[in-house]
Amino acid sequence: MAAGSRGVNYHWNWGILLEPSPDGQGTYLDMLLGGLRWTIVTALCAWVVALVFGSAIGVLRTLQSRTAQWVAGAYVELFRNIPLLVQLFLWFFVVPELLPREWGIWIKQLRYGAFYTAVVAIGLYMSSRVATQVSAGISALPKGQRMAGTAIGLTPAQTYRYILLPMAYRIVLPPLTSEFLNTIKNTSVALTIGLMELTGAARSMQEFSFQVFEAFTAATVIYLLLNAIVTFGMRALERRLAVPGFNAAR
Amino acid sequence: MRTARLLLAGCLAAAFSLPAAIPASAQELTGTLKKIKDTGAITIGYRESSVPFSYLDDNQKPVGFAMDICAKIVDAVKSNLKLDKLEVKYNPVTSATRIPLIANGTVDLECGSTTNNVERQKQVGFTNTHFLTASRFVSKKASNIKSIADLKGKTVVSTAGTTNIKQVTEANAAKSLNINVVPAKDHAEAFLMVETDRAVAFVMDDILLASLVAGSKDPSAYVISEDAFSLPEPYGIMLRRDDPPFKAVADGATAALYKSPEIQTIYTKWFQSPIPPKSLNLNVPLGAELKKAFATPTDSGDPAAY
Amino acid sequence: MFSDFDFGVILRSLPYLFKEGMTFTLTLTAVATVGGVILGTLIAMIRLSSLPVLPKIAAGYVNVMRALPLVLVIFLFYFLMPYIGQWALRADQPIQVGALSSTIITFTLFEAAYFSEIMRAGIQSIPRGQVAAGYAIGLTYRQVMSYVVLPQAFRNMLPVIFTQTIVLFQDTSLVYVLSITDFLGAASKIAQRDGRLAEMYLFAAAVYFLISFTASMLVKRLQRRLAVAR
Repeated sequence: MAAGSRGVNYHWNWGILLEPSPDGQGTYLDMLLGGLRWTIVTALCAWVVALVFGSAIGVLRTLQSRTAQWVAGAYVELFRNIPLLVQLFLWFFVVPELLPREWGIWIKQLRYGAFYTAVVAIGLYMSSRVATQVSAGISALPKGQRMAGTAIGLTPAQTYRYILLPMAYRIVLPPLTSEFLNTIKNTSVALTIGLMELTGAARSMQEFSFQVFEAFTAATVIYLLLNAIVTFGMRALERRLAVPGFNAAR
Repeated sequence: MRTARLLLAGCLAAAFSLPAAIPASAQELTGTLKKIKDTGAITIGYRESSVPFSYLDDNQKPVGFAMDICAKIVDAVKSNLKLDKLEVKYNPVTSATRIPLIANGTVDLECGSTTNNVERQKQVGFTNTHFLTASRFVSKKASNIKSIADLKGKTVVSTAGTTNIKQVTEANAAKSLNINVVPAKDHAEAFLMVETDRAVAFVMDDILLASLVAGSKDPSAYVISEDAFSLPEPYGIMLRRDDPPFKAVADGATAALYKSPEIQTIYTKWFQSPIPPKSLNLNVPLGAELKKAFATPTDSGDPAAY
Repeated sequence: MFSDFDFGVILRSLPYLFKEGMTFTLTLTAVATVGGVILGTLIAMIRLSSLPVLPKIAAGYVNVMRALPLVLVIFLFYFLMPYIGQWALRADQPIQVGALSSTIITFTLFEAAYFSEIMRAGIQSIPRGQVAAGYAIGLTYRQVMSYVVLPQAFRNMLPVIFTQTIVLFQDTSLVYVLSITDFLGAASKIAQRDGRLAEMYLFAAAVYFLISFTASMLVKRLQRRLAVAR
């Protein structure tokens, strides 16, 4: 597949990465790195949303109340069974139209509307997965821990806050790592609503420079590096926070 | 390496029963013509919403001015290759995918609203010009935007992969307008961003803007700018570069059509009569420059040549 | 707020949505699942084998695929596939690969990475004693695999494979970026043509939900039955 091999008429030009891009912000490489920045910022913000909502729903799932369990179950099924792209379109195109007019206009004219929408949509989508992990983590804890909390006079909220959740997070850190990696990858779906994240930047670079494979190969390499760095960092964290006797299976 | 190649070849050939691996027929055909002869099929790339050039009608079938022109090219290819039957396949393309898909052989002819310019001619070929249009923007009358300068600091949408988005990006950088340029997948989606107030303006070729406005729920709510981002630029049917025999057939077919009275009929059909899906009449008369381009067909990508 | 909803637009477009859109979506899902499971099983077997080099390559393939966003892979492969075909067939120009074939190959290659992880876990879940027993009664590697290990691995992993298939079914909506008429593509084309975004996207969401939810309920049932049978 190398250039020059018989017949494969694609003209490689890696120098394109260092040529100026039409946005006047620097080279094409800068454009890709700008995309990387959006990918990282979007993924981190969406991850915060996912953790907050996912933990709340995950806790609901482990409560005694039937209603709480049903609500949490419905939430998880709702966000898990609709494709992310469809959810993104609902948040972007449909929700503002259903709100009172002034609110809708205000939302739509936010300068970084695509970014906020992506954070909400991807965050909530991932929260259903986080919820599953968190409730699994809590359920994996010995019953005695909950009882111990009650015994020393903690309210249920305090028991969750100080005993169950900290332990649960440590137990499910490895699956959460992979959900975070999924969040990073899922940010690419937001190119459909105009977010210039890394894949979107690569697509733009291809359109402006016509160097398809340089653009997508460079983006691929950046994704692989990002993935490697996050994995490396999280493994270190996992080792530090591992609960003896719980993570052996992973 | 050899085994891998053979294995892959076997898989691919089995998967698509492609006759491409079979040695060429005795004729001296090359490139696209050879491929069409070998496979008995030609693939046309069409657009979702380039009204009235190439778009989906009420039955979601691709139709339009450029599609009619391409039908003539297909006829010419068929008679040139002396084929009894030529299957026409249709493959959807977007502004962002059309150039790579022409280059990589997925589509043979791209029939739509593709601007022919010198830069693109380094990547792909174009046959004779079938329209001339300048890059402008549409906005809501209510937003009271008169000039390019008024776009300063606003969110502006354009279709990904077009010359227009490049022009607005470059103007943005050159004039430090601080415009938030948002790419959309296709023209309909981009227009929707203006309709729903996601963006204040949509930068695109004025003919496409005119047809989008005409087809909108409330055409009187929109205005197309006087200010232009470019001189009128030519549209061409796109084909692969460095394929002179195929281009010769396409050029011959289009030149014959453009010089004949038939082009006026086809033009009237799409620009001065009610068109599907909403039976709108765009009412765009044939301008002097385009008339000249039809009389003396050219594939020049230089706006000054028109 | 729902007062100006036009449900007629959904009704009128049903034939197009399902005959064209859903057919594409389901075909892609089915073929890519079968292809992905087969290729994934092969990759898993290579990774667990004691062959030289190949396990490393297989592992590299899986890790790379799993690190990349599907949207990127969809774009890249749509553009790249004809050149690979050209190289493989030694043709003098890129090989034409249609939209359906291209997306099928893309999803098969992409999902194979995920299916291979499932099958690897499945194969590893079979006690080594069974393999040893197979060899002891004189079976070859191929026989041990095809009569002892793979059937059980496959059976154990069936719920996980189906769950991944549901994910795949949802992921097929991403071919939207190529303007292909899958179910979502069909819905969005109608939505944009008639300016009926809310109706069409809500309807699309409801259809995806019903199919995925029903399927995942069935998977849960299967899981329980398999658990009892074990």
